[in-house]
Amino acid sequence: VSRVDGPDFTGEALHRALDRTWSDAPGLWGWITTVDHKRVGRRYIATAFVFLALGGVLALLMRLQLARPESGLISADRYNQIFSMHGTSMMFLFAVPVMEAMAVYLIPLMVGTRQIAFPRLNAFSYWVYLFGGIFLWVSFLLNIGPEAGWFSYVPLAGPEYSPGKRTDVWAQLITFTEVAALAGAVELITTILKQRAPGMSLNRMPLFAWSILVTSFMIVFAMPAVMLASSFLISDRLVGTQFFNPAEGGDALLWQHLFWFFGHPEVYIIFIPALGFVSQIVETFTQREVFGYPLLVLAVVSIGLLAFGLWVHHMFATGLPRVGYSFYTAASMMIALPSGVQIFCWIASIWRGRPRWETPLLWVLAFIVTFVIGGLTGVMVASVPLDLQLHDSYFVVAHFHYVLIGGAVFPLLGAVTYWFPKFTGRMMAEPLGKWTVLLAFLSFQLTFFPMHVTGLLGMPRRVYTYPAGIGWDTLNLVSTIGAFVFAGSVLLFIVNVFHSLRSGRPASANPWNAAGLEWKPSSPPPAWNFDHIPRVDSATPLWDAERPVIPGLRTDKRELLLTTVVDAVPDLRDPSAPPSPWPLFSAIAATILFLGSIFTPWAIVWGSLLLAVPLILWFWPHDPLEPKPEQGDE
Amino acid sequence: MQSALHPTGEHAAITGNLFDLFLGVTGFFFLLVLLFLAWAIWRKDRGGAGERRLPLAVASWAGAITLGLFVLTIGSYFADRSMAFADVGQKPLEIKVTAQQWWWQVAYKGDLPSDTIITANEIHLPLGRPAHLRLVADDVIHSLWIPNLAGKQDLIPGRSTDLRLLPRQPGRFRAQCAEFCGLQHAHMALDVIVDRPAQFAAWQAKSLQPASPPQGDEEKRGYAIVTGQHCSGCHAITGTPAFGTVGPDLTRVASRATLAAGELPNARGWLERWIADPQALKPGNRMPRVPLSPGDRHAVVAYLETLR
Repeated sequence: VSRVDGPDFTGEALHRALDRTWSDAPGLWGWITTVDHKRVGRRYIATAFVFLALGGVLALLMRLQLARPESGLISADRYNQIFSMHGTSMMFLFAVPVMEAMAVYLIPLMVGTRQIAFPRLNAFSYWVYLFGGIFLWVSFLLNIGPEAGWFSYVPLAGPEYSPGKRTDVWAQLITFTEVAALAGAVELITTILKQRAPGMSLNRMPLFAWSILVTSFMIVFAMPAVMLASSFLISDRLVGTQFFNPAEGGDALLWQHLFWFFGHPEVYIIFIPALGFVSQIVETFTQREVFGYPLLVLAVVSIGLLAFGLWVHHMFATGLPRVGYSFYTAASMMIALPSGVQIFCWIASIWRGRPRWETPLLWVLAFIVTFVIGGLTGVMVASVPLDLQLHDSYFVVAHFHYVLIGGAVFPLLGAVTYWFPKFTGRMMAEPLGKWTVLLAFLSFQLTFFPMHVTGLLGMPRRVYTYPAGIGWDTLNLVSTIGAFVFAGSVLLFIVNVFHSLRSGRPASANPWNAAGLEWKPSSPPPAWNFDHIPRVDSATPLWDAERPVIPGLRTDKRELLLTTVVDAVPDLRDPSAPPSPWPLFSAIAATILFLGSIFTPWAIVWGSLLLAVPLILWFWPHDPLEPKPEQGDE
Repeated sequence: MQSALHPTGEHAAITGNLFDLFLGVTGFFFLLVLLFLAWAIWRKDRGGAGERRLPLAVASWAGAITLGLFVLTIGSYFADRSMAFADVGQKPLEIKVTAQQWWWQVAYKGDLPSDTIITANEIHLPLGRPAHLRLVADDVIHSLWIPNLAGKQDLIPGRSTDLRLLPRQPGRFRAQCAEFCGLQHAHMALDVIVDRPAQFAAWQAKSLQPASPPQGDEEKRGYAIVTGQHCSGCHAITGTPAFGTVGPDLTRVASRATLAAGELPNARGWLERWIADPQALKPGNRMPRVPLSPGDRHAVVAYLETLR
């Protein structure tokens, strides 16, 4: 007879039972077989930050080269690889994965469940992502890194103008990140829709969960477009199809439509989770529910929908029919409405609350000022006549760094500071954190604000050098100085992280007195997250006086409580997969398949057979409810 | 000069005015956000009855944004229209621009095939007359951006696009490829020279003449090498046996301000260095290193210098 948690089974005895069921094996075996969403999530976050640092080093190299005109520091070939790698790393290996990674860690805790949905798929997603990232960077070091930009426009990326393996490496990296991102999206959607604690109806869900729900659906709809595009590209390059060759009836613009149908939503896939961070931070540091919860939800949902209707604003200079352009201008400008309403709601929340000015909230201030500038220049590039001047100039470089760093990285650093005690059990150092915000904010403006002007003065993007004496020299030098100071602020943040990991102040379960369920278990949480599944009666459960729980889950097997999609009424008990080495071996087999198919199409045939082996072992049938005979069970 | 902030053409001027409108409206909204944020930070008497006005405030804010976007969209629409009608009623000068890795071929089509002028990496335009540029690309996607005159337009293999210009001030303006087009994307510039109509007519008349025959001994030796050996396989010089079409037309090469698509000043020393080793100056371009003795090279340069 199985034991279930309940009123008569709590405390030490319960912890021992849950520990036996939920903990990983010790040592290396536990490290490679773990499916714990917290361990995988931490790993995912740390890896993404490594790629951020690597991409940042590339940015510094580019700024060094552009510090003065006609600089011979970096050759044209190397520079083109560097900016292609910078974009590819930042978009595919840092920005999207880090947002999913934060969600993988936080969402199960926030919605009050013991484990993410499909935990083995989650482990698989991480391994595929890791191997993809290593593959890209090793290729770069072997001088076969991508050279045609993170957007790989054909025909430049086609077989004729990009011979060799460089663009194949890029196209296969896309495959890696697609697989990883789609897997993550499916897990998060399922966790959010089916595993919320009883009583957490959709209108009581944390705003971060709303952000991640919208983001994950966007991933599901956007990624197939780039998957199709990159598969066309690989087959053009590898087996001589002619999808993009105008001489054989293909079309160069087909690539751009497919790529931007993914590429523009991609930007919002990065940005929408950051909106969720901001809402959570504002709630906690004003100690009050955020103003305008329904507006914020509607804003995020409408941004998610509009994001799919404005890809053509990347193609205003391609000479498509003018009438069609008007639609995309209107759709692009419309984004300003939900974004503006959100900004209002956050400022209003600060206005009516009693803000505690700790580091996470300071990151939010830096976010608001910077992001609003980026949003407003975004309105400018939505206009066709203006875009024709600004497109592909340094103005656009400034614009999207305001949106991506100001709109996503600042909130992310705030979020890391905010949830650091939950991740590690220790607080980050406060005065250092505040200085980091100030330095990052000022040096960011110093780096990127001048780029608006350099762009208006006619400097195009992606040039490895520029002539002296046409007014670009000083502005570029200022940007370079700013970039190095900005890198210093990121370094301060990293120093703070490592210092706090060792000797930060130990954190209680809820050090900020926040309202979300993720602050209920200890910091860091035990492997099983919650002793008992909590019941939720409001959008701010930890601020409610009573904290009722729902007992009745098995403690001798991994079991989750599933609830209904809208109202979160208890529905089913569902088994959750135990640790397994097969996600890792499947990822290794998938990597062999992807790598091999750069060289021969036969790799897909033999690689599939190879991949089948670990997949069969992974999905080997068993009766999930069959009790395991346990020693020492009374 | 290469700047969108100093428009010297009708289209760029319209865009410049539109930019001012956008800057004003977006600047106003940015100021509102900053003021509200400052108030939220430094507000003294927190709590109280003011909160009940927030729903009205957010509705007004959304209304204001909508109004602002409406103004900008309408402004943008009218700017687009006035650009479309800027050159109506005048017969435009027809020019065909072909982009290749990493230079521009510019062709003025005349009424007769013999009236065609072909040049490279420079566009001569008459002041006040509309020009209609037909844009094609031979290899990859490029983008022609003359910020002083107008916004950019991509040149896409397998398609043909258009760019309309209406110069309003004489002068020499730098332009550059704006779409990443490979290794030497940074070195794909061109000069746009806007002349008064009389000067332009003179340039046109001169350009229709074949290249003048070489005079001195050294020039003659250079002529023999250029037309008889390596150079003529790729380059054309009107009135001589050189009619290659792979590289830029050299009929008036000495009259151009720059070499290698805006990379180098067109001076005797640079021309000689370029011919000696094009791959050292612009790695990856399609001009091979031609083995010439220093004397031969000197003669070639001497001849090319006469092509004005």
